[in-house]
Amino acid sequence: MHHEEVFTDRNVSEHSAYYYVDIENYPVTGWDKFKQVVKRAAKGELFVGLWVVMREMIKFDIHTVQYPKEKLPIGPRYRAVHKLLRLWESGYERCIGCGLCEKICISDCIRMDTRIDENSRKEVTEYSINLGRCIFCGYCAEVCPELAIVHGGRYENGSEQRAHFVIKDDMLTPLDLLTAGEQSEYPGFGAIIPGSDASVKKTPLAY
Amino acid sequence: MNEITITIDGRTVQTQEGEYILNAARANGIFIPAICYLTRCSPTLACRICLVEADGKQVYACNAKAKQGMEITTTTPNIESERRAIMEVYDVNHPLECGVCDQSGECELQNYTLEMGVDQQTYAIKDTHKPAQDWGLIHYDPALCIMCERCITVCKDMIGDAALSTVARGSDPIEAAFKESMPKDAYAMWNKLNKSLISPNAGDTLDCTNCGECTSVCPVGALVSSDYQYTSNAWEHKQIPATCAHCSAGCQLSYDIKHTSVENPESKIYRVKNEWNYVSLCGAGRYGYDFENKNVTKDAVAFDAAIAAFKQADTIAFTSTITNEEALILQRLKEKFGYRLINEEARAFKSFLNAYSAVSGTSLYGGDLGEVHASDFVVSIGSALKTDNPNARFAMNNALSMNKGAGLYFHPINDPVIAGMSKSVTQFNHAPMMEEAALYLILDLFADKAAMPSSVSEYLAGFHSTKTVTVEETVDEKVTETVVKKVLNEETGVEEEVSEEVTKTVKKKVSKEVEVDENALFALLNAPAGFSDTLTKYLAKKERFSLMVGPDLYTHPNASNCARLVALIEKYTQFSVTMIPNLSNTLGVAMICDLDSERGSYTIGYNTAGNFTLSALGGGDLDMPALNQQEGTLTNIDKRVNPTNAALSFSGYVLNDIANALGLSSKYTVDYTAQLPKQAGFKATCFDALPNHYTNSGEEVRGYRLDIQTVTVDTDENVTPFDADKAINENVVYLANPVLQFSPFTAASHQLQENGGLYVSKTFMESNSWNEGDRVNVKTARGELSLNVIADGKIEGDIAYLPTFDTAINSEALFDGYRFACVSIQKV
Repeated sequence: MHHEEVFTDRNVSEHSAYYYVDIENYPVTGWDKFKQVVKRAAKGELFVGLWVVMREMIKFDIHTVQYPKEKLPIGPRYRAVHKLLRLWESGYERCIGCGLCEKICISDCIRMDTRIDENSRKEVTEYSINLGRCIFCGYCAEVCPELAIVHGGRYENGSEQRAHFVIKDDMLTPLDLLTAGEQSEYPGFGAIIPGSDASVKKTPLAY
Repeated sequence: MNEITITIDGRTVQTQEGEYILNAARANGIFIPAICYLTRCSPTLACRICLVEADGKQVYACNAKAKQGMEITTTTPNIESERRAIMEVYDVNHPLECGVCDQSGECELQNYTLEMGVDQQTYAIKDTHKPAQDWGLIHYDPALCIMCERCITVCKDMIGDAALSTVARGSDPIEAAFKESMPKDAYAMWNKLNKSLISPNAGDTLDCTNCGECTSVCPVGALVSSDYQYTSNAWEHKQIPATCAHCSAGCQLSYDIKHTSVENPESKIYRVKNEWNYVSLCGAGRYGYDFENKNVTKDAVAFDAAIAAFKQADTIAFTSTITNEEALILQRLKEKFGYRLINEEARAFKSFLNAYSAVSGTSLYGGDLGEVHASDFVVSIGSALKTDNPNARFAMNNALSMNKGAGLYFHPINDPVIAGMSKSVTQFNHAPMMEEAALYLILDLFADKAAMPSSVSEYLAGFHSTKTVTVEETVDEKVTETVVKKVLNEETGVEEEVSEEVTKTVKKKVSKEVEVDENALFALLNAPAGFSDTLTKYLAKKERFSLMVGPDLYTHPNASNCARLVALIEKYTQFSVTMIPNLSNTLGVAMICDLDSERGSYTIGYNTAGNFTLSALGGGDLDMPALNQQEGTLTNIDKRVNPTNAALSFSGYVLNDIANALGLSSKYTVDYTAQLPKQAGFKATCFDALPNHYTNSGEEVRGYRLDIQTVTVDTDENVTPFDADKAINENVVYLANPVLQFSPFTAASHQLQENGGLYVSKTFMESNSWNEGDRVNVKTARGELSLNVIADGKIEGDIAYLPTFDTAINSEALFDGYRFACVSIQKV
């Protein structure tokens, strides 16, 4: 029986989508319980189930996702394992090492090492996130002023230890994927709000 | 100074007459924005943001003095618009690199921009190209500089190097329209800002004593430590309040720690910070922070060997770079097992103090560096001030520049840093062994001769003689002349001649025979020509006198006579006396330990040589924690017992473990803090109760001061005459350290690593035609060393010096206690 659910009316009545399920009373005495067991065993309910499986197997028309061979697509704003992006034109790392993600992280799982490089720029030599502590809140992506750290779609976090880390090499877009155009912008936390330009006042320039 | 009452924003505030409004407000917790003002230095008037209204008139709080009954308003609509415009101007062309800037949020530009609510920019000017500059330990990025000139101010008024000044920026003039449209003070401030940049006086790089105080006071990230650049953000650090371990100034500082790297979670010290409004650090304190004993584990075998060695030993030799608590442990061990405690420099200081007490009747000297800061006449005798105790030098410089003071500096080595402090400072480069003459001179010039023991007065009178000199003087002479004038007689209408007497003043040169007093002490101390006139000028309007005496006197062959003279000076002149202890905790060790003079047959050396060595430097038989790995207290020059905390962990054994194994019982080393000897002036305060901070009014709330005890005095106040024949006039070598070094601990830190040698002035090197790095043999009566020649640009004259910071050079072996020795130097 198909019910069209009218969720606005939650009173159980003839006209509502809700109805009482007809459930037999539970057996109380030992004898009644024994009768129920015998009745169910003789009915062959087990074979009903086995037959359904058998029938579907023979049909070769399976609807389950073949995980891990197949994965369902997830929402673009889903917050899974982080990625570090590169600048589109130059291929430089977007991360400037400001440390805001490290500061804002409420589970204190981000750490980075920085130094001054040969061009007197701040270089991020190492970056690590302890996924065993990360709660995937998205604050790091939101606070990042360079849209450098974002969330990706990789959600498998199984590991042998409670603490397990991703480091810079794991997260940074490889240069070949960048040139192949396979780096994607993240529309979730921290992305530019459409129409932001309108709310910014221009600074005068004397040129 | 009179206590006065003023009103700030309706609040009644007590302050001193003549105090700046800003300081009065700060001391009472009232906020007035200010960028360019530095406490203890002169107002710069660069930022103009401290504008307030006093009795209806706009004044700058940093240079307007409070007057009785003054009514002050800190904000008015006009002042607010000025402040907002000033902050907008500061933000013009300021690089938007806050994300990577080393100031990382500890930025006064950022704070005040937000405080004044700057949310848009009105002003603009074409930017100039300002490349970053590398000044060695210091990095300057002029693009970030807001020209508050705090670096220049602190370098001149506090440090005394005056190594920085402003140079032209070479920018376009400000658009004329702004002059009309913008608030007056903001325009004036912009006009000044737009003209200048900071630059070292020496050209491309700094020529100074590298204290790094300029980086500390910089409100933005323009001046930073080169080593710290881009290594960490300020907010990542945990600040460990501590006391500097390197010299007797015992400055308050904080070690900023953080994990070493992503891979290594061990704490590491990234930098040192100080409360720059109230305490200034030297370069050794600021850059010599990572002297910890690294990678130490509990080595049970070495510990058992140490216990066995202690059971065998009859002597413990140690240096004064230990805490009071460790000194007490050593003293307790002595009491229990009869060890002899050997620490020559502390023993010399202790006997100096005892000799002083026998005349003065007090256990300790009366002065401190705070008193020197407040003085207007400062004398230093027997100390290479800039390297013995940099803070004493800062205090002297601060007194000279802020109090219109004058100073005398008695030391055999001519010091260009001292000469550069002020025009009103005279150096007496006397011969070694003439320190007593210098003390006699102070008595002669300043003592109340009638009150002083007559023998001393008579002795001093012996140096005076009257000499007749011919002086040419210009004298005003009154000449009376009779002038004949023609006057019209009104009655007769006839012109008559009338004679009249007129007095005129004529300048006339007269040579005169004058009897002048000649002071033979001047010549004995190599006083500059015409010193007596200079002194008269110096002494005009002087009220507070300070004398600092240094380590040259403690090891002087006639040290006890020197000490008695110092006591006489304190007693019979207006001078307050401060003694500079040699090392970090020399005073503490001298007060706590009974020191012996003779070693026994088996010595335990703690941070010094021995049959069995305990070492915080590493490489000994048992590793000990360095002073940045220990908690405890240090006694400094101000007679203050200051707490210091462990910035880094130490996983080896400490002295307390050894003491416990030998039968003393104390869970922690700091349990001894409350047991420090009361009869020496210590208080029974436990370690955790000791404060370590400064208040807004600049009051030092750190640890506690030693109580000065009354001591029974000698019946006589006799002092012995000095012997001018003992003076060492030629071929002198001195025992001292170069700038930035104090001990092997400073040299162990990565920014200050260097090798020692024979340090000579540039002129001395040229006159001997030596070059930097030449090998020389240095020979005194007690030994010989082969060393490299190193030029020291911060000394002048013909006296070379040998360092103590380099463990590879056993300089002390060449000296017979006294810091000067006769030497022959041969080029190899």
